[in-house]
Amino acid sequence: MIEIENVTRRYGTTTVVDGVSLSIPVGGVTALVGANGAGKSTLLSIIGRILRPDAGTVRVDGLDVAATPGATLARRLSILRQENQVAVRITVRELVEFGRFPHSGGRLTREDVAHVNRAIEYLQLEPYADRPLDRLSGGQRQLAFIAMVLCQDTGYMLLDEPLNNLDMRHSAQTMGLIRQMAQDLGKTIIVVIHDINFAACHADRIVAMKDGRIVADGAPREIVTPETIKAVFGIDVPVHEVDGRPLAMYFA
Amino acid sequence: MVFGGPAGTGFRPRRARTAVACLTLLLAVAIAMFMTYDLKGSLDYALELRGRKVLGMALVGFAVAYSSVLFHTATHNRILTPSLMGFDSLYVLIQTLAAYFLGTAAFLQIDVRLRFGFEVLAMLGFAALLYRWLIGRGERDVYVLVLVGVILGTMFTSLTELVMRMIDPNEFTRLQDRLFANFSTVNQDLLVISAVCVALVTALSWPLFGRLDVVALGREQATNLGVDHERLVSRALLIVAILVSVSTALVGPVAFLGLLVANLSYQLTGTFRHRYTVPVAGLLGMVALIGGQFVLQEFLNFQTRLSIIISFAGGIYFIFLLYREANR
Ligand SMILES: Nc1ncnc2c1ncn2[C@@H]1O[C@H](COP(=O)(O)OP(=O)(O)OP(=O)(O)O)[C@@H](O)[C@H]1O
Ligand SMILES: [Mg+2]
Repeated sequence: MIEIENVTRRYGTTTVVDGVSLSIPVGGVTALVGANGAGKSTLLSIIGRILRPDAGTVRVDGLDVAATPGATLARRLSILRQENQVAVRITVRELVEFGRFPHSGGRLTREDVAHVNRAIEYLQLEPYADRPLDRLSGGQRQLAFIAMVLCQDTGYMLLDEPLNNLDMRHSAQTMGLIRQMAQDLGKTIIVVIHDINFAACHADRIVAMKDGRIVADGAPREIVTPETIKAVFGIDVPVHEVDGRPLAMYFA
Repeated sequence: MVFGGPAGTGFRPRRARTAVACLTLLLAVAIAMFMTYDLKGSLDYALELRGRKVLGMALVGFAVAYSSVLFHTATHNRILTPSLMGFDSLYVLIQTLAAYFLGTAAFLQIDVRLRFGFEVLAMLGFAALLYRWLIGRGERDVYVLVLVGVILGTMFTSLTELVMRMIDPNEFTRLQDRLFANFSTVNQDLLVISAVCVALVTALSWPLFGRLDVVALGREQATNLGVDHERLVSRALLIVAILVSVSTALVGPVAFLGLLVANLSYQLTGTFRHRYTVPVAGLLGMVALIGGQFVLQEFLNFQTRLSIIISFAGGIYFIFLLYREANR
């Protein structure tokens, strides 16, 4: 369980995450939605202890992320950031292998190699597995980073816009993979996502942020309504029912 | 596929291993040539003298190379080196101040071990202060550290120039002699102390290589993978401080050598894994000093100083690196 209590983060005088409290039980996909600059990445980074909050605490399985040794947390919690780049030249396989670092400290066991191969296979990276990251397309690189987080094999996964740069097919496959991991392996996944329809289709719960606060929280059916979308994003969007799911027609 | 090897089945270390093997061979040849070429007079005496020089150069070559690689990892850049953090210029300032206040003669009469200890401590103190002051505060931006290092370096140089203006011209000539690396007159006691220092620091830091590889991926990625980025960076910088202080106090500044061998090592090995880049850079440093000194003294009759050649070659390489970065 992830327990977020009164988390606040400021930059100068602007408060970008404003006293957020949220509790996320084990298992399932939670989608975090909201306008650009709403504070989604900031909140996710605080949960993933990449950023320190100015106030408040985050506990994962009862462990305070600010106080627990990094190595312990890295076996329970992984985070994929919105922007990923590494300064050094590294191949896809090498990067994915680093996902095993929390478990084996840099020396791969047979089991680690199996994890690496599975992650590469799931994301269909075999053709470029031995290519340096800087010789891949943006989407291929994104898939490599997802594979690395997958390989880390933690119970909690925080994914900040995993669909960045991905085409239709890879987006659907990646979301399918995320849902499957929650269902079959009991993982707890928080995913920041911009396409509300993807969220409605694959998430068990949608949490909407606006100006650093949580303004809506519920099942997709409760959130994907013209009223809530208006309240969160400030636009009028008709919502239709397609194949038993709400579909927001925000394209026009 | 090798199990139990470095996390690197995707990364094929063959190239790096070949580089280690070739360089080890090259080093052996360089040492053999240096030790045996044109031996005259008392064999024991000549061998001992040369052996001492070889050990000194090997120590310095390794320490400078190792510290540069660590510095690059800690600062996430490959163009700056510890000498740009003001280390070399602090050494020069200490020497100049000592010459001014005590006179070179008097300063040189102080027990060498005492002087060495003083120099090392002064530089370590400087590093500790710098790191404590900068790293000890919330957001630990290593670029600020580098910037401050550059500014301090410039300040030390200016201070040195000021003091030099006030110095007696005779003293000045003797002082100049101490401001360039000098491998011919390494003191035996210091050599032993330095060797122990470098060996100890290296042995203690070798196990960090795996985590340092993760640090090279960047702060956020390292945090995600459970590596305490700040702690490792501080540790790496401490090791850098010790190695640079010891080697500078032993022979004087060898600016640019570290930059040269570290970057050559990245190119030769084609990886950023410390277990390969550190040995290759270290070997390159030793080969450059020992081989270079050999060529210089046997064929060029000491027409010039090795450190001047290194600075020249390193300076050109530095410009090349900057040019390449700018064109990326
Ligand atoms: N380093 C920083 N300094 C100052 N302000 C910042 C900094 N990082 C983020 N902010 C501000 O904090 C707010 C929240 O940023 P955050 O990245 O959390 O937004 P987000 O919801 O993830 O947006 P997006 O959908 O565009 O990714 C923004 O208004 C942003 O301008
Ligand atoms: Mg964001």
